[in-house]
Amino acid sequence: MNTKHDSHDSHDSHVASRRRALGALLVCASLLVVRPARATPDELSVALRDAFGDQPIARGKVKLEIPRIAENGNVVPVTVSVDSPMTQQAHVSRIHLFAEKNHLPRILDVQLGPYNGKAFLATRVRMATSQQIMAVAVMSDGSLWSAAADIEVISSDCGL
Amino acid sequence: MSSMGPGRVRMPASAKRGEVIEVRTLVQHPMESGYRLDNTGKPIARHIIESFDCTYNGREIFRVKLHPAVSTNPFFTFCVVAQESGEFVFSWRDDQGGVAIATQSLVVNT
Repeated sequence: MNTKHDSHDSHDSHVASRRRALGALLVCASLLVVRPARATPDELSVALRDAFGDQPIARGKVKLEIPRIAENGNVVPVTVSVDSPMTQQAHVSRIHLFAEKNHLPRILDVQLGPYNGKAFLATRVRMATSQQIMAVAVMSDGSLWSAAADIEVISSDCGL
Repeated sequence: MSSMGPGRVRMPASAKRGEVIEVRTLVQHPMESGYRLDNTGKPIARHIIESFDCTYNGREIFRVKLHPAVSTNPFFTFCVVAQESGEFVFSWRDDQGGVAIATQSLVVNT
């Protein structure tokens, strides 16, 4: 009898502690949303929405080349090329680069056109930490194409 | 106020009409992100190049809006179709009024 009563009690306290744990989790989650330590993939989606609204972004047509590992996150070489005939009728009109976990996910925005002949860009960017880089190309028909690549950053003092 | 160096450009001096040529550009600039602290723990003010553009005989062919995640001494390589002989003008502008301009001429053979 006594044992049964005990087990009943412990069941109650289990439920209570589970509720407390759940509550704590929710509080943690809301804190995370309010004050992230640095940009989260969520901030990337905010930056993407700022740039492109609710337009769907397809994977493909874009080639993004970055090193797999960067000793120095302050200077990461990046090349972007986009599969496009670059004619008056069909060309790339913009290329955007984003860093998923930098404080400011936007890296740069390029305007180009048929007079470039090739949709190509090489530059050097800053990565605060190991993360994903994303390149988005805006075509002359308005469609959006993208590529993403992971990079491991050993050290960086860019503060981003 | 500005610590922008002269802009430097490397591209062919001549090309065949219709040829796609590569243009490489570099400018000296701290690109201070505004997120770093100095030795005393005070934030270092943001100082970045905000825009780079290239015109070919007066027509804009390439423009970049830069954010603080572009590295110190911004470097860009891009392509252009050689259409006619003429002049390329490259301009870099920073958020403190600093400007660097470089020019380069191209001879186009038919």
